[in-house]
Amino acid sequence: MTKPTSIERDPLYVVAPPIVTNKTKRFGHIIVWGTFTLMFLLAIIQFLNTNEYITFGFKTWRPVLYAYILWACAIGYSRVLIYGEKGKRTLFVFPAVMFILSIVIFPMLFGLYISFTDWNLSSIDGREFNGLDNFYQMISDPYYWNALKNMIYYVLAVLVEFAIAFLLALLLNSQIRGRKFFRIAFLIPLMLSPVAVSWMVGKSMLEQRFGPVANLGRFLGWETPTFFSSPEIARLTMMCMDAWTFIPLMIIMLLAGLQALPKEVLEAAKVDGANKWTMFKNIIFPIMLPVSLTTLVIRIIFKLKLADIIIIVTAGGPGGATDSVTSFIVREYRDRSNVGYGTLLSFVYLILIIIFMTILIRFVNRWLQRAA
Amino acid sequence: MKSSFSEKILIYGILLLWTFICLFPIYWTATTSFKTAASVTQGLLIPWIDFEPSWKGWRNLGFSPDTIFTESNPREEFLARFFNTAIISSSASALAVILGSFAAYGLSRFNYKFGFMRNPDISFFFLSQLILPPVVLALPVLVLYRELDLLDTHIGMILLYTLTVLPIVIWIMRDQFNAVPIELEEAALVDGASVWVSFFKIVLPIVLPGIASAFILCLILCWNEYFLAALITSTDAKTMPVMVASQISSQSIKWWNMAAISAALCLPLIIVAIFLERYIVKGMAAGAVKQ
Repeated sequence: MTKPTSIERDPLYVVAPPIVTNKTKRFGHIIVWGTFTLMFLLAIIQFLNTNEYITFGFKTWRPVLYAYILWACAIGYSRVLIYGEKGKRTLFVFPAVMFILSIVIFPMLFGLYISFTDWNLSSIDGREFNGLDNFYQMISDPYYWNALKNMIYYVLAVLVEFAIAFLLALLLNSQIRGRKFFRIAFLIPLMLSPVAVSWMVGKSMLEQRFGPVANLGRFLGWETPTFFSSPEIARLTMMCMDAWTFIPLMIIMLLAGLQALPKEVLEAAKVDGANKWTMFKNIIFPIMLPVSLTTLVIRIIFKLKLADIIIIVTAGGPGGATDSVTSFIVREYRDRSNVGYGTLLSFVYLILIIIFMTILIRFVNRWLQRAA
Repeated sequence: MKSSFSEKILIYGILLLWTFICLFPIYWTATTSFKTAASVTQGLLIPWIDFEPSWKGWRNLGFSPDTIFTESNPREEFLARFFNTAIISSSASALAVILGSFAAYGLSRFNYKFGFMRNPDISFFFLSQLILPPVVLALPVLVLYRELDLLDTHIGMILLYTLTVLPIVIWIMRDQFNAVPIELEEAALVDGASVWVSFFKIVLPIVLPGIASAFILCLILCWNEYFLAALITSTDAKTMPVMVASQISSQSIKWWNMAAISAALCLPLIIVAIFLERYIVKGMAAGAVKQ
């Protein structure tokens, strides 16, 4: 473990009597290494047992997990024993860091390994290292590229959602009666589980024989209101359903921004006789830029995880037109049991997301600095 | 700003249209759960006028007036799933709020240095977890959980959900703690309280509303989560979304049944939305408006 040091004066400056002695320091080191040794021994026994070198041992790796938790606690406690007051401060951040490291880093490392293996659950051979084969397979897999292309469409749809949400937030912020009612009503779609939405909207209301939306379509003169048969319409339908769930989130974030607008500036503009459109264009929108960009980034992050409604409503069909990357990978796991290949795809997706988000955030920051 | 009459009509028109769009699916589900097969396939809309309500959907679930006091397997099943969801999502939210609040407080009050990582890097490390799509973790975790005997257990799900909502908690709570004046704690420290005592006695009561918002937001996200639950759980820890989804895929859809369990799945959160709207809005707004 690295040791915590205060580099400069902390915002909250603490003076405390030293509680660390050589004895407590030694004890701190002992418990860390002691519990580590325990975990290490258990892990070795378990490893030998699962590979059938020895006969005794536990049925699962769970004891090793307990030893690991014990070790983590010992590290935390030893911070106080070794560094005293500074160690106590470390304890604020330490559990969360340790938690994320344990649950993210181990599976990620393991996932990185399986993404370079040929591992099909339905084959009897088990895992086999196959180097870059999965990668070559990905390059020539039209469905994966198709799913990535769909993700671009889905992300672009965020702009339309943003426009709708901004309009509704402006209306909510204007002088209206029953604002609380409207706010609650607008919030409700966000509360609903995507699974329930998939059924309520996707399966039931869009049902082409008797669904109310289909009936409305017929009433408006659309002869065959089918929402999932042509690729473009199917994709559009999924976009609408997803937008329906997440527009509330954007409305609330934008509304918070609108309510924080400096009143004096708005008053001054009104006195100067600005009409609504110029006020929006020259005052409200520029001041709202940071909030708008935050909202967009958050929304895009959620959009990139889009999967539930697609998996349930269309399963990617027709012909992969509605596939998001996640739903495609899920089918790779579930229908074809291609664990190694699917994991590689998900890692490539993660890398693409990281690159995309880094560029996006850098671009946003630059834009904000120029605007400021 | 004064609006003219026609403008007013336009504003209320748009607001009411959107309200209709937001609420109609719920109305549809609620009414469908009281329909019989014939009324479903005719697309009838208004109860008592278009069709005669029936308890069919709720009876199959064991929740109609005539079955509520009798033995009912579907109801047992449903309640088991319901409590699984409740236990998992509330525990995960609580754990996330505890871990996240500590971390956010530490980051807002002290300068850390772990190796090359300073405070901004640590914050970024936490928030970057938000970007991680669940699908990347799903399979490795599945395999890891099998080795650890955590598949289909409550604790396994709680750990995963905590991970997915932890960045959100830290994001909300960091602003909350930054808004608390440091002088308050300094006064307590001068009086001889330790850092942890001043945290619990002074700071925590002030940020309690913020903590409530973070908790509710996490609860909503965990309650509705489907993807990870579908992979990790099978029987013991199966959650409601998974149960609902598994019924959707079956061949002949029992519309009234589906409507009833969808309504039951959504109802708790709709109630939460109506009564705790203030906290939800506060939580989401916390991240949007920054100084």
